[in-house]
Amino acid sequence: MHGRVKVKSTAQQEEEKRKEREKKLKIYIAARDGCFTKRKEGVFDDEALQLTQQLLSSNPDFATLWNYRREILMHLETVKEVDEVQKIYEAELLFLESCLKVNPKSYGSWHHRSWVSARLPRPDWARELSLCDRCLSLDDRNFHCWDYRRMVVKMFNVPVDQELKFTDRLIGSNFSNYSSWHYRSTLLPLLHTTASELPPMQAESPKSNRVCEEQLLKEYELVQNAFFTDPNDQSAWFYYRWLLGRAELEEMISCLHVSREEEQVAVVFSRPVNVQSGCLLLVLDGQPHAVEWKSIHPRFKHSPVWICNLPPGTISEISNEHNLTVHWTEKHSRKDCTLFTGHAESWCQDSATDQELFRSELSVEKNSVLQSELQSVQQLQELEPLNKWCLLTLILLMRALDPLSYEKEMLAHFQTLKEVDSMRSAYYSDLCSKFMIENTILKMEYAEVRVFSVSDKNLSTLCHLDQLVLVTHINLSCNQLLCLPPQFAMLRCLEVLEADNNSIGNLEGLYHLPKLEAVILKDNKIATLADLEPLTSCPRLKRLDLRGNPVTQLANVESELAKLLPSVLDLLL
Amino acid sequence: MCFYSKREYLIVIFDHISVVAAACSRVGQRVLHLDRRSYYAANWASFTFNGLLSWIQQQQVSETQDWCDLLEEGEELIQLSSQSSIRNLQVFTYTSKEDEVEEASADSVNTTEEEQHGPGETRCAVGSERLSQEVSRTHHSLQHMEIPAEGFCSLNISPIFQSQATITEGAEPEAEQPQSPAIPSQSEPSRKKISFAQLEKEGRRFNIDLVSKLMYSRGSLVELLIKSNVSRYAEFKKVSRILTYRNGEVEQVPCTRADVFASRQLSVVEKRKLMRFLTSCIEEKDDQSAYNGRPYLEFLRDQKLGENLQHFLLYSIAMVTEDTPTEVGLASTRNFLRCLGRYGNTPFLFPLYGLGEIPQCFCRMCAVFGGIYCLRHSLRCLLLDTATNRCKAVIDSRGQRISCSHVLLEENYVHERKNVATPPRFLSRAVLITDSSLHGSDSEQEVSMVTIPPITEGAPAVKMVELSSSTMTCMSGTYLVHLNCSSVSSAYQDLSPLITTMFSTPESHDQGRPSVLWCLYFNMEDGSAMEVEGHDLPSNVYVCSGPDGELGHEHAITQAELIFHKILPEEDFCPPAPNPEDILYDGGSAPSSGPEEEPSLQLEV
Repeated sequence: MHGRVKVKSTAQQEEEKRKEREKKLKIYIAARDGCFTKRKEGVFDDEALQLTQQLLSSNPDFATLWNYRREILMHLETVKEVDEVQKIYEAELLFLESCLKVNPKSYGSWHHRSWVSARLPRPDWARELSLCDRCLSLDDRNFHCWDYRRMVVKMFNVPVDQELKFTDRLIGSNFSNYSSWHYRSTLLPLLHTTASELPPMQAESPKSNRVCEEQLLKEYELVQNAFFTDPNDQSAWFYYRWLLGRAELEEMISCLHVSREEEQVAVVFSRPVNVQSGCLLLVLDGQPHAVEWKSIHPRFKHSPVWICNLPPGTISEISNEHNLTVHWTEKHSRKDCTLFTGHAESWCQDSATDQELFRSELSVEKNSVLQSELQSVQQLQELEPLNKWCLLTLILLMRALDPLSYEKEMLAHFQTLKEVDSMRSAYYSDLCSKFMIENTILKMEYAEVRVFSVSDKNLSTLCHLDQLVLVTHINLSCNQLLCLPPQFAMLRCLEVLEADNNSIGNLEGLYHLPKLEAVILKDNKIATLADLEPLTSCPRLKRLDLRGNPVTQLANVESELAKLLPSVLDLLL
Repeated sequence: MCFYSKREYLIVIFDHISVVAAACSRVGQRVLHLDRRSYYAANWASFTFNGLLSWIQQQQVSETQDWCDLLEEGEELIQLSSQSSIRNLQVFTYTSKEDEVEEASADSVNTTEEEQHGPGETRCAVGSERLSQEVSRTHHSLQHMEIPAEGFCSLNISPIFQSQATITEGAEPEAEQPQSPAIPSQSEPSRKKISFAQLEKEGRRFNIDLVSKLMYSRGSLVELLIKSNVSRYAEFKKVSRILTYRNGEVEQVPCTRADVFASRQLSVVEKRKLMRFLTSCIEEKDDQSAYNGRPYLEFLRDQKLGENLQHFLLYSIAMVTEDTPTEVGLASTRNFLRCLGRYGNTPFLFPLYGLGEIPQCFCRMCAVFGGIYCLRHSLRCLLLDTATNRCKAVIDSRGQRISCSHVLLEENYVHERKNVATPPRFLSRAVLITDSSLHGSDSEQEVSMVTIPPITEGAPAVKMVELSSSTMTCMSGTYLVHLNCSSVSSAYQDLSPLITTMFSTPESHDQGRPSVLWCLYFNMEDGSAMEVEGHDLPSNVYVCSGPDGELGHEHAITQAELIFHKILPEEDFCPPAPNPEDILYDGGSAPSSGPEEEPSLQLEV
């Protein structure tokens, strides 16, 4: 084996490395202890600056040392000339760059950099911006850098359109980077308001958070390019949904209900609120009344439905007419209703259809835009029939356009979704339940009835129950419900509940329902008497069907039930 | 008597077979590498502009003599010819020559040796002093060639013509003359017409390859460079885009997700179809095998991809022709996709300072491990042991006998022995210096691969590479364009119609197209037809072919590995070279100053 180059063995190399490490560690520990002593003694000199620099350049995540360094720098600011301070801070920025090379995701380094940049007497923001560009070109998802960049952009007053071009570039090089898409979503509304000709009052309303249509169409094109290129990439789909989405609903009172017999008032808000702090004012026949507002279930501090009991005898006389107003002082919202002579109840409700309540997930101003978007996504769906993002977006677009006429297609797409994405089949079931309930509410409104019937629709969950405050009869039979959730207590007018052939084992929501008379729970999963406990709070319950429930197998169930629910006359076991 | 002739060599290697040389040297074989030329790597070489002009002048070097007096008993002699593999050389100059005065003054300016070398040479490691000397001499030996002013000149060098050796000892003083000056190129406005004198003056900025190839980023060359640590001797540039010539326009071919996303020429539906095709074709499927033997184009048509996509997939991604069988087309597409995204947005890399750097890197590796290099040293004949039919020694051009146990030859040396039944195939090559890019973009430093389907029936498909000055192969403000195809007739006839349509030349005064400043046509023998064995040669003599016409380096690397294993069946092919600090020298540990770690491939971004 002549002429061969002799190479150190791995053992030799290891040994050398180990010795090297030991030596390094000794130096490191000595320097660290030196720093700590100096800090304790309150020394803020150049030597301390040197020492911390050595340590931090090998370990930029040592927060205590950064703090010490800031203390030193703040001290130096007080004793040095501005020009000198500028020089010190510039050197600091240079040093930080070397730290970021060691660890581009060091919290300490980035924090210190923004601290230094903010204190620099004559900051060079253009340089900072190019530093961010360099960092992001190496790792376009470094959120430390994104944060820092936002700070720089704010300080430097970088125009919005320039930033938009920046996101164009980033998205162009990697359209899977949601950071860039998200940044775009924060810029577009700003772009709109600067070009806006709206009067200032209107500009403050939530709808002004939208993007002008011309820009919007460009955005649709951009995002379509992304999801047609790679329909499995979620970034583009999320951005698309943001584009199609609408500003949040205005907070207001959407329904007011008064019942003569219970002498109870129920107020429904457009979203869950907490009104206990006296911001809800009840005026009865011109007189303000101090009442105690309660949420519909003790579990809720925030609830869309709040109730109060009027002092006994206030409205109980059937021959009297009463005018009722509820003011929500916080949001300048009010609702009036009149309880006429001879009427047992009265209400005032905004319709779900008029408010396009259920389109809020996806709804741009123009139907034509939605229609053309639907066509593109349908085109993609033909090419990629099993793509879950495409299917889901298709469903959302159909719902935004016309929830009732697309119902059949929607159900078919949900079926495909559950098959192609079985890991999330429960999520799709819940979502589908929600949409079916929305459709039923719309149908109920068109029919102008107080009967809500969704039987045999594979419901796995209940929602939008705040929309059912006025419902007297509800039919939930033949679904896959597991419980009647506490929100069920919002059904203030409910008289008959049909929920046979489900898997209900929990009746928590049947809580203080003043008018509930009949409960059909045949073929469910109610196993113990304790499960029936909530029913004791419903004063009018007369009829209870428990056939086919495990609870009926208990010994002495009949006598125990008679004890628990003395008002029930018609008990089926 | 020369110092090297007294020792016995395990392997004597001639001409450009640098990979085998490096591999043998690396595992401890004593390697002597002789080259009759004044430069390394034969047809794989790259030249400065002035160097190329000299190369054009001196194409033929050969002489025959009787060496029988050097024979020992029981020995026999095989005469070696050295036929050139270059034909039909034609040069056109389309730029005016400036006054002589300026040129003369420029010639008198001396330059330092370091500048002459460029960054590549300064990194020579231990044991390569000889090599770097040789390299510097190569640069000095370049000569000026007189090209008539205005119009064009055409040099037709007949390959049959046997000239006397033009490189002699006497030629050396002339070669030592200073080169044209190394004036840093100013960033001139690109529209300014560049004169021939400027090209000559800035000639050192050019590194013009005789071959036109790219490195597939997962090809065997790149893997070998990484595996052997030879990559430390070179730097690379990403090929930034793939272009194609279609319907008289140059278009960019979208080949990555980002390209497809950003493409303006594709509809969203086409984008989806393209992406789906590319993703699906990575896996082998049953429905694909049904097309085995049938044209790839037919397969593509049946995928309902549309004209646009068919063109891109066939000519630019698979880089095959209409009648290529489906399985070949698919394999080629897969190879393209496999290489995509390793270093950049295209599957290709290009070495800074040209492809000629690569053989030099291997030479350097060979020298580091003790290989000896002699340039301008021709080989005359082989001495055979008649009893064993093995080559015992060789005789060089100076009449010296060199003992050896294995011999590697360039294919030209044994041309006469080649099977006449298969006439040699040729490649048609053209090299252009142009003043602007074929396809403008934000960056002026794009490195483009351009695929050109046959412009007429029966014409060859041309592969074109457009290099910007960022690859250190041309002066700033110019582009170096390489064209390559299998010969149908002469290089001029094969390629000039295309060049006149795509570029602006005196024959085609089309505005908006890049102007050709200078242009070279030649045919080179296609090395892919060459076999390692079957030349009726002694068992320890191996023949290595010249460059082939493919875009990648698979042929050359596979052949090198094959030869290596024939010589040394037990040894590892190019194992990683140790880091300098890990090498143990006699009587002490290694100097600890070397760089700690080197990235596996240095990429210029």
